Order: sequence, then structure tokens, then C-alpha cells
Amino acid sequence: MSTFPLASFGGAIEFIFTPQESNVTGGNKVGGFDKSLELVLKHLEVTALALAIAVIVALPLGLYLGHKGRGELFAVGFGNAGRAIPELAVIALVAVLIGVGLKTVAPALAILGIAPILVNTYVGVRQVDPAAVEAARGMGMSELAIIRKVELPLAVPTVMGGIRSAAIVILATATIAPLAGVESLGDFILNRNVYGENGLLAGAILVALLAMTIEGSLALLQRRLTSDGLKVKTA
Amino acid sequence: MASPLLLAAAGQVGGDFFKERESGTLPCQADESHLFCFDWAKENIDRYGTPTQQHLEIVLLSVVIGFAIAFALALFAHRSRWAQPPLLAATGVLYTIPSIAFFFLLLPVTGFGRDTAVIVLAAYTLQIIYRNTILGLANVPDSVKDAARGMGLTNRQILWKVELPLAIPEIIAGLRVAVVSTIAIATLVVFINAGGLGTQMYGSGNLTFPTSIIIAAAIVMAMALAFDLVLLTAQRLATPWRRVRPA
Repeated sequence: MSTFPLASFGGAIEFIFTPQESNVTGGNKVGGFDKSLELVLKHLEVTALALAIAVIVALPLGLYLGHKGRGELFAVGFGNAGRAIPELAVIALVAVLIGVGLKTVAPALAILGIAPILVNTYVGVRQVDPAAVEAARGMGMSELAIIRKVELPLAVPTVMGGIRSAAIVILATATIAPLAGVESLGDFILNRNVYGENGLLAGAILVALLAMTIEGSLALLQRRLTSDGLKVKTA
Repeated sequence: MASPLLLAAAGQVGGDFFKERESGTLPCQADESHLFCFDWAKENIDRYGTPTQQHLEIVLLSVVIGFAIAFALALFAHRSRWAQPPLLAATGVLYTIPSIAFFFLLLPVTGFGRDTAVIVLAAYTLQIIYRNTILGLANVPDSVKDAARGMGLTNRQILWKVELPLAIPEIIAGLRVAVVSTIAIATLVVFINAGGLGTQMYGSGNLTFPTSIIIAAAIVMAMALAFDLVLLTAQRLATPWRRVRPA
């Protein structure tokens, strides 16, 4: 196995911005800003799709279970078991059993995001002060309105915490999506025959930056979504 | 005319496996058409011994190192409050970097192999252990600390004899999350040639077949469950006062 010289960080940065002659493919220019941008967008596409599926499945389920106060064992147990699922096995099994492509990989990635969203939504709703719920009921709110106007807003910080964890685990696992035929920044990392050592490091840098950007944006979104009343209490 | 050549090549790639199947020693084939081939599993279960052991070693090393660092940081930040926000931010950044990217970012520095794997996985555990330890120490009621001080305990005695024992549930809760996720993430160290159970899911540049992936994943999840139960039991044994429920 080749050992990487420390200097290749510079090479990797160069790779991101200007196409370079690969030391592997013999003369073909690889990488560059356009290719990097394309893969960043592809990476975001599969991440967003999978996260959307996870939210659509887990958020209503968590709200319902939390509101009814039922299924604690299911919600929390599923969440804990979800952490133990090896990402590589999910991608590998989907690829060899069901097939490759965005249609199979996005739902597979969503599985990894469901657990954190479900647990956090459930816990967030359960933590809502029962007095607030009783007051809403006394004002004549329907159960659905209580969930939408009382429980969900009060649970926003916890729910968003779950969505942030889900986004990070999905974005991280999208790096190995190329194993299942979906293009992502993982191409730079896994296709060493094409992109060489600079590409590998460039891919790692871009994935790390993308993860921090997404995490930062979701943190900002969380602050926007959290009602001012809650902010005062936590400050 | 190319077909004999192709067959020969396939024979070489498939190796003993195809030969055995042709001679009838393997009743079912462990390829993509089978979800799970019990016969193959029975014949080949031995091959999971070494990867399981490697996996276990990597996880234990990472968690022990991660715990030592995070625990020390938490004790430091507990006494020096100003250090809490920057430490939380720093461990948070480490936790945000996807593990695969993290592995390759370290390649120019530490190269392929187990060292890189352990550094990354240990860095991953810092956030959750640090945060839970701080939280556990902060949750100790002031009245308890006042009582301890009134009995003449020094600050150090209060920390080790009062605060830390009372923080055990939170500390172990953090440790459980850290261990379980480390066991799962450690499958990815196959990408930096550090071995482990990931080698039975993805090896020599290819995904393996369903039977092998399922066996390896099952071992990973069983390992996670076992560690979770051990830690849960340890927590119950270490906090006997929690078992007495107030009437």
C-alpha cells in the first residue's frame, strides 16, 4: 500500500479547482471545479431525498406515538437498535439484493435516518408539559390541533436535534453510495483508479466541509423554528 | 472463441468455491440469487473469527482511549466553567465529520491501518461521553454537595465520592451510545485496510454476496447488543440506591 506524502493536501485542494492529469489514468484530465460541483450536488440530492423520506415516515409516527403516550418500547428500542445497524451492510445488501440506483439507495439511506428522528420526536413530545396540553384541550382544541399547535412547537429543539443527527448519518453514508451505483462525492474517494490519490483526499475534504455546512445550516434553521418563548427559558 | 478463456478466468476468480460447488460439496450457492445460504454459512463460519476479533480490538481500543480523553476533559471543564463551550464546539466538529472522510483526511498523516481507524473512532466518542459526563455532574443537587461540604469533605473528595457516583447513570448512558455506534461504524475501517467485520461485507474492491453481508451484520449487531447489556448491568450494579423506588 502506498503511503501518502503530507504534501498531497495541496494537491487535493488543486484537484478541487482545476482538472489535473491523473497519475493513474495516464494523461486524462480528472477532477476540477465543475466535476467537484457536480458531485457535491449529486451528494446533496441523494441526501435530501433520503432525509425527506425519513422525515415523512418518522415525524408523524413519532408525533402520534408521543401524543398517545404509547409505544415507548417501540420508539426508543427502535432508536437504540438503529444505532447498531452497520451502514455498510445496508448499502451492500440493497445493492446486491434489490438493485442499484437512486430509487433503491435513497430509501436504504432513509432507514438510517428514521431511528434518530423517531426517538427524538417521541421524547420531545413526551417532555411537553402536560398542563400546556390540558390548557389547549380546555380551550377546545382538537387533538390534531394540539399536536400541531402545542406539542410540535414545544418539541422543536428536540425534533430538530433528531433531524440533524439523521442528516449527518445519511450524508456520511451517501459517501459509500457509489458502491450501489449512485454518484456522490464518494466517487472521488472510492474510484482511486480514476481520480488517484489527490482525488481521494479532495473527496474527503469536500465531504467533511459539506457535513459541517449542512449541520450549521440546520442549526440556524432550528433557531429560526424555535419559538421565542422557549429561547428565553433555555437561556 | 473467447469463451474457454473467460471460463478459465472465472474459475480463477471463483477459486475453490466454484470447484466445490461443481463437485457437489456445496448444495446451495452463496451468490446474489440467494438471500441466505445456510449450507455455506455452516461451512464457512470459521472465517469470521479473525475479523470479529479485529473488530473487537479496534472498538475496545477506541472507546477506552476516547473515554479517557473525554472524561479528563469533562473533569477539567467541570472545574473551569469557561472551557465548557469551546470544548463542546470542538468535540462537536469532530463528531460532524463523516467517518469515511475522517479516515482519508488522516491518511497523509497516519497512513493506512489500525492507528488511523482507532484515532478516528476515538475522536467520534468524545462528544457524547464528554457531554453526558458534564451533564451528569451538573445534575447533582447543590444540597447534596453542601451536605458533603458540611461533613468536612474536600473538593476532591466531593468530586470522587459524591458527584461522580451520582453522575454514573448519565456517564454510562453516554458510554452505551458511544460503544454501540462505534461497533457499527467500525465496519467502515475496511476502506483503510484496518480489517474488522467490514471485510466480510466489502473486500478487494467488491461487495461480497448476501449471505456473508448478513452474517457479518448480524455479528456486528449482536456485539452491540451484548455490550449494551453489559454496560446496563454495570450501571445497575454501580448505583444500588437507584433501585430503591421512593414509595
